[in-house]
Amino acid sequence: MSVAVSETGEPDLRANENSGEDRAVSRASLEAYARRMRAHVLRMTTAAGSGHPGGSLSAAEIMAVLWFGGVMSYRADDPGWEERDRFILSKGHAAPILYAAMAEAGYMDEQELLTLRRLGSRLQGHPDMRKLPGVEVSTGSLGQGLSIACGMALGLALKGGSQRVFCLMGDGECQEGQVWEAALYAAQRKTDRLIAIVDNNELQIDGSLAEICDVGRLSAKFEQFGWWATDVAGHDIAALLGAVQEALTTSFEGPRIIVAHTVKGKGVPFMENSCAWHGKAANEEQCRAALEELGVQR
Amino acid sequence: MSEAEKTTRAATGEAETMLRRASGAARKATRQAYGETLIELVREGLDLVAVDADLSASTTTARFGEAYPERFFNVGIAEQNMVGVASGLSLTGKTAFTGSFAIFGTGRVYDQIRNTVCYSNLNVVIAPTHAGISVGADGGSHQMLEDIALMRVLPRMRVLVPADYHSAKAALRIAAQTGGPFYVRLGRAPLPQIYEQTDDFALGRARVLCAGSDVSLIACGAEVEQALAAAVLLEESGISAEVIDAFCLKPLDAQTILTSLAKTGSAVSCEEHSIIGGLGDALAGLVAEHPGILRAPLGRIGVQDRFGVSGNIDELFAKYGLDARHIHDCVVELLS
Repeated sequence: MSVAVSETGEPDLRANENSGEDRAVSRASLEAYARRMRAHVLRMTTAAGSGHPGGSLSAAEIMAVLWFGGVMSYRADDPGWEERDRFILSKGHAAPILYAAMAEAGYMDEQELLTLRRLGSRLQGHPDMRKLPGVEVSTGSLGQGLSIACGMALGLALKGGSQRVFCLMGDGECQEGQVWEAALYAAQRKTDRLIAIVDNNELQIDGSLAEICDVGRLSAKFEQFGWWATDVAGHDIAALLGAVQEALTTSFEGPRIIVAHTVKGKGVPFMENSCAWHGKAANEEQCRAALEELGVQR
Repeated sequence: MSEAEKTTRAATGEAETMLRRASGAARKATRQAYGETLIELVREGLDLVAVDADLSASTTTARFGEAYPERFFNVGIAEQNMVGVASGLSLTGKTAFTGSFAIFGTGRVYDQIRNTVCYSNLNVVIAPTHAGISVGADGGSHQMLEDIALMRVLPRMRVLVPADYHSAKAALRIAAQTGGPFYVRLGRAPLPQIYEQTDDFALGRARVLCAGSDVSLIACGAEVEQALAAAVLLEESGISAEVIDAFCLKPLDAQTILTSLAKTGSAVSCEEHSIIGGLGDALAGLVAEHPGILRAPLGRIGVQDRFGVSGNIDELFAKYGLDARHIHDCVVELLS
């Protein structure tokens, strides 16, 4: 599949009036964020003995750009800050990458990541807004996030604020019919503060989407549904930054979607492109090897 | 004076008086309370929105949409998205009401209600209309008889089943003002106006409509009218029936119900819902926790684990054993 990659290098997002708090944005620092978040994902799922590393690792650069690339506004010390942009993890099983981003952002200590999936932990197997402040809505049942994001965008528009709503979905998730109900209605209502991102890693639990139920070219499908859409190489920080910038600044009157073409398990060679690692944690030895591959100290 | 004291002093023939008075006013469906109550609540300063799925004329949310177009969202024939959009709206500080018919507005979107509305504990009121067999001619595909069961079992969900227009208004008000997930069961059938006002309803409170000493008829929704009519028939048979409107099924008003059962020693539940998972089951659970409170077996009037068929309301209530005559006969058999 041909992927259109923006040629924008490193946009000065600090000059963007919609940008988040003043954060140093460089490709190298965002790559470092992605690497550390991958290490968190591996350590916490191994500590838990279960979880979903594959679809967490594929979203590392997407999360680095949204959370640390000056894209989203938020305050870790004030999760309910009214002016914050909203982030919905519609593919809730990728909770480890959300928790990793939240730890990096200062919502919790790194140590807490190791409580993932334990009794009494705020870090439930799938994100629970009632347990962990900063989680915008509880997810885990696929296909619902885009509808919720659409409702949030409509509610924020009623209030007249400038907050945006970011919704991260999976390509497998787009097999759910509700996604397309939401796609129709978001376009109908021209919800231009809604930005969806697809972690398009081409795999689901039982195999590849191509073998099981192909969703085809999602950018074309969403365009047909009335969205602004673009494809991007989902592990290329510069390209992702460019795509997000373009999505935020286009004069298009309606919802926007970035289809980020990714590799499931990215960063850990023995996990890459393997659905076996969708919902299975590495054992201690595998985790050590994986961290070495990442170039991160155990 | 407490409800119980009031009812103890009540004269015989109370059920008849109540029905006669109600017949003086036009019959109204509980759904007729929907759109107009939402309008009143916004006028009173509540920040609420309504999301419907192409049935806004039938549910009457269209009236709300005419008054407050910016607060009304019609997602088209897409009930899952209706619940999701309502959830998103609620997360921006609004209380969101959903529409559609009970068959689609609960069963089709069970997962959305469970995993988003209840699990996230959102201020979303699930208030579809056209619940129960009283939908009539549309037939079994549209007669939702399992909705109370589906909603009752959900953690954090409260379940209100109003019996007339005024109690429907009260239910919608309680849901809007309390916060958290609610199910308000509304219907299409025109019902007598049993209540004259919307006051005196509360979450977790049943209403004793008429006092009796031999049997407690615990009813909800459209069956409250049938229970009152059955009380009149029973009086003719020399049996004194107490009629209770179990307006709030969850949390159930155990105190009011147990007080009545302790007095009468026998009880029949009356609902236009499956006998599985509804009021009958709730009462069976309560009675089982209080052994010896009943002298006779618990009677359960409801749809006996079947689907409905097309017909008019009177025909269907007779066919499925929901009318006053069946309640009367059930009581006579229980007490013999």
